[in-house]
Amino acid sequence: MKKYLLKRVLYMVLTLFLVATITFFLMKLMPGTPYSNQEKMTPQQIKIMNQQYGLDKPIWMQYVIYIFGMVHGDLGTSFQFSNQPVSYLISSRIGASAQLGVQAMLFGVILGIIVGSVAAIYRNTWVDTTATVLSIIGKSVPNFVLAVLLQYYISLKLGWFPIADWEGFSYTILPTIALGVGPLAETARFIRTGMVDVLNSDYIELARAKGMNKFGIIYHHALRNSLIPLVTLIGPYTVALMTGSMVIENIFSIPGIGEQYVKSIQTNDYPTIMGVTMLFCFGLVLIILITDIIYGIIDPRIRLTGNED
Amino acid sequence: MGERILDVNNLEINFHTYAGDVKAIRDVSFHLDKGETLAIVGESGSGKSVTTKSLMGLLANNARVVGGSIMYHDEDILKKSEKQMQDIRGKDIAMIFQDPMTSLDPTMKIGRQIAEPLMKHKNVEKKKALAQALEILKLVGIDHAEERINEYPHQFSGGQRQRIVIAIALVCYPEILIADEPTTALDVTIQAQILDLMKELQQKIETSIIFITHDLGVVAGMADRVAVMYAGQIIEYGSVDEIFYNPQHPYTWGLLNSMPTLNSTDLQAIPGTPPDLLDPPKGDPFAARNPYAMKIDEKEKPPFFKVSETHFASTWLLHPDAPKITPPDEIVRRKKIFKKMQANVN
Repeated sequence: MKKYLLKRVLYMVLTLFLVATITFFLMKLMPGTPYSNQEKMTPQQIKIMNQQYGLDKPIWMQYVIYIFGMVHGDLGTSFQFSNQPVSYLISSRIGASAQLGVQAMLFGVILGIIVGSVAAIYRNTWVDTTATVLSIIGKSVPNFVLAVLLQYYISLKLGWFPIADWEGFSYTILPTIALGVGPLAETARFIRTGMVDVLNSDYIELARAKGMNKFGIIYHHALRNSLIPLVTLIGPYTVALMTGSMVIENIFSIPGIGEQYVKSIQTNDYPTIMGVTMLFCFGLVLIILITDIIYGIIDPRIRLTGNED
Repeated sequence: MGERILDVNNLEINFHTYAGDVKAIRDVSFHLDKGETLAIVGESGSGKSVTTKSLMGLLANNARVVGGSIMYHDEDILKKSEKQMQDIRGKDIAMIFQDPMTSLDPTMKIGRQIAEPLMKHKNVEKKKALAQALEILKLVGIDHAEERINEYPHQFSGGQRQRIVIAIALVCYPEILIADEPTTALDVTIQAQILDLMKELQQKIETSIIFITHDLGVVAGMADRVAVMYAGQIIEYGSVDEIFYNPQHPYTWGLLNSMPTLNSTDLQAIPGTPPDLLDPPKGDPFAARNPYAMKIDEKEKPPFFKVSETHFASTWLLHPDAPKITPPDEIVRRKKIFKKMQANVN
């Protein structure tokens, strides 16, 4: 297990390095400069500014300097946000994003498991049909459309929850729903299919032959076996939540990383783009590793063994 | 034999399909005495499994019991609610399934799987249930049971898994054990071990066994009595010697003829296929495949004719007015053995 983990961590570092390299050069291909009022600046001023930010050096050198700094934990200083270090920018904003992401994930996955299981237990009845139709709608409606609809009907018309901002739990509810409905629909569809299969399997019949009741069978035997395929979805969900949060944070004016990311791209704020990209990338490779470990916990057949090379 | 514990009377089961109602079980009656082994033999689709599933109340959703009764200790199982059936299943009537590779939960330790019926039926707490599970695991012949009880099904071979399935079925010491083709999915060498184990445990636990199989070879060493099923009906039943050495129904002849013996040079298959049970034939269902069929076989279903106190067969050939015919050579040979056996008894 230790050897396996070590190998995986090495791969993670390699992945991060490759992503950093590719992103760095792609970013440099973007048109424009970090200066918002460039037309009013003299060439002299631009030269001084470029010198100050190290943008006068050849690109390969900027790259070497950046990677050197990153390895030493220095993500540079933001061009836009009053000369704050990128690491500070990220740490001050990650809280809101992480809370939103975790809430949306829990909301989507837990509710999705319940909806999917109920649909499977009552398969081919109106319950199942309703759940299926709702899942398809949930999957096809983009989250930004849903976000606006929620803002209009729930906040503006009904006034149940605040329309935007981030000042307490009630502010988190609408963005959580908007972000979580996609994973919810996907989970429900997945669990339903998986559980219909599992409920038709021999070991469920054996459980019935033991005299177990419906709840016991679902809880002790069917659920765990239906959850296995769901684990594969955790990675894609994380990506969906990260990218989704960029839009959702903008719509609900949530001071999170996603909002920051979009702004930094619009203003060619190179260190911030790099910093947030690396953060997202790190989050993703970490989730993939965790997914593989969870797989082993849920399904003993693929438990990771130490003698693997 | 001991007291009668199970009495199935005129059972009729239909399956609802888009094409219409499939009459899967038609007027089936049999009984089971304490401590005996009854084998139900027949080819695929003859209704063996459906019959036993109705005993457990585990019929598929589209199945309907349209007639008959299943009396277990003077109570009709068919009239019990799902909740009452849950109390009987696994405790009084338990079942061993055909395929051990798929009948264990892959994500649960086998100890817990064996302990589950105890926790459900005997209100035993988990620790004690696991201790009892360990005992039964030793009883079914799993080596190093103390360690293996914490392993998962994929860590066991097919034969070992079937032993575990047997352990699950027997952990509550059921009165009736239904074994639905328990050796079909196993290697021939393992089959014999599992059959020996079942016989041994039957003595220890004093259970009655209903043994479902399509393999007559397995029946010979296992059963006290045999019921032969064809197209949803029992067509002949009797003691194991009576069925093997004095068979009366041409279908039983066909089955015995298609079984390899030391003397047989080539195997005789039964020509044709079983009738469509969407619209079952009026007379003897085997008539269309029966070289000895008479006109009446197509018109009227033969009643059970008594051959001996324990042996009955549903064929018009046993009617006093029926023409004398000569059965296949193999059957004639068997009947000679039967006469010798009877002479020895007398």
